[in-house]
Amino acid sequence: MSLSVKHLLGIKELNVTDIEQIFQTADKFKQVLQRQIKKVPTLRDITVANIFFENSTRTRLSFELAEKRLGADVVNFSASGSSVSKGETLIDTVNNILAMKVDMVVMRHSASGAPWFLANHIDASIINAGDGINEHPTQALLDAYSMREKIGNLKGKHITILGDIMHSRVALSNIYCLNKLGAKVTVAGPPTLIPKHIESLGVRVEYNIKKALEWCDVANVLRIQLERQHKPLFSTLREYALYYGVNKQMLDSLKKDIVIMHPGPINRGVEINSDVADSKQSIILDQVENGVAIRMAVIYLLSGKREME
Amino acid sequence: MKTLLNKDQLSITLQRLAHQLVENHLSFKNTVIIGIQPRGVLLSERIAGLVQKITRNKHIDHGTLDITFYRDDVQSRDIHVPADTNIPFTIEGRHVILVDDVLYTGRTIRSAMDALIDFGRPERVELLALIDRRFSRELPIQPDYIGHTVDTILTQKVKVYWEEKDGKDEVVLIDKV
Repeated sequence: MSLSVKHLLGIKELNVTDIEQIFQTADKFKQVLQRQIKKVPTLRDITVANIFFENSTRTRLSFELAEKRLGADVVNFSASGSSVSKGETLIDTVNNILAMKVDMVVMRHSASGAPWFLANHIDASIINAGDGINEHPTQALLDAYSMREKIGNLKGKHITILGDIMHSRVALSNIYCLNKLGAKVTVAGPPTLIPKHIESLGVRVEYNIKKALEWCDVANVLRIQLERQHKPLFSTLREYALYYGVNKQMLDSLKKDIVIMHPGPINRGVEINSDVADSKQSIILDQVENGVAIRMAVIYLLSGKREME
Repeated sequence: MKTLLNKDQLSITLQRLAHQLVENHLSFKNTVIIGIQPRGVLLSERIAGLVQKITRNKHIDHGTLDITFYRDDVQSRDIHVPADTNIPFTIEGRHVILVDDVLYTGRTIRSAMDALIDFGRPERVELLALIDRRFSRELPIQPDYIGHTVDTILTQKVKVYWEEKDGKDEVVLIDKV
């Protein structure tokens, strides 16, 4: 048994069975991570390259830990300080890394679609660790996994994704993933940060954040991605915090306790206040913990496909 | 298809294996039983139940071990689905009895020993197999307790059925085409 895909490029390409299988396998890896020896020798014969053309803390550490705990060898590459600044192309860079007998590539890139492009040109399995404003599949998987752990089966559950929907690959992957698992999704935020026609993905749009929070079981709060906003989309961060930031007072005014999530890094005091991020309702650190198990599951399940094609 | 052990024979064999274990481990205070996933678990549950009756212990330490992540054939075959490992007690300095239904090439047991060592350093590890497919070993591994020995060829398969899971107690030898 293995996944229906050779690469994990986006959630869009996965089917429900794939997602369920990743979750089931992650359950077992979570058991491994709770042992005294948090490591298994499963992939001791494979080498994984983590290629990051964009900054990352959590995702990169999480992937590296996942690989090491599966017994794989790991090489890390970041664009800054590499020959990319001398003008080497993406395919050349990756082919050179693969020439050193690397079996799997984990890549983050600022250009949307970069992993698909790469998948057409190289043989190794590719895991997308975030491409531009398109997809971040492992984040969506760990988000859905963490939600399920907290509130059970997601079928029919109400999930609000709040904040910078326009520039968020987490939002898009989350929408695909939650839809496939049967959850109902609302996106909320200022009109300038919500793409037109997003309803066509099967989500509701809500501009009033109080209403959006009132409706949901889980709120996934996203970071304002200033680095991707090339023109001003709201006047000031202070104003954003005032109208769209999630704070304790607002949560307390709701009729029920909703679960708060955030993929990190947090802009404290902007999209979410510390009194919410550090509250009992927040599962932000559970998300990080589950990230390692989910990534172990993905790498493990993709590793068996190498002999095919 | 040929029946190797019917319901009554299987029951007697299990009784004998349980008595042999008690003979060597007496009170079972420092001994634990660990069934190998998936099919060794049902056998180990039966054995643990019988041992408990014979020794009149209120509790026998009994766990399950999944060897999926310790296999030596990850890249050559399709990916295997992992099952639960549940060892809610220490094995450090204790006697461990590994239990599996059919012993064939010995590779599962090799993996199981690797997996086991990650949980601590047992004083001694023994192996109980209900069916020993003699002459098929690919590694130097022999069981300490054997229910029934058979001579088989590569194309044959031994299948153990359990009442709890399959609706009947029986061990059969199947000729695969």
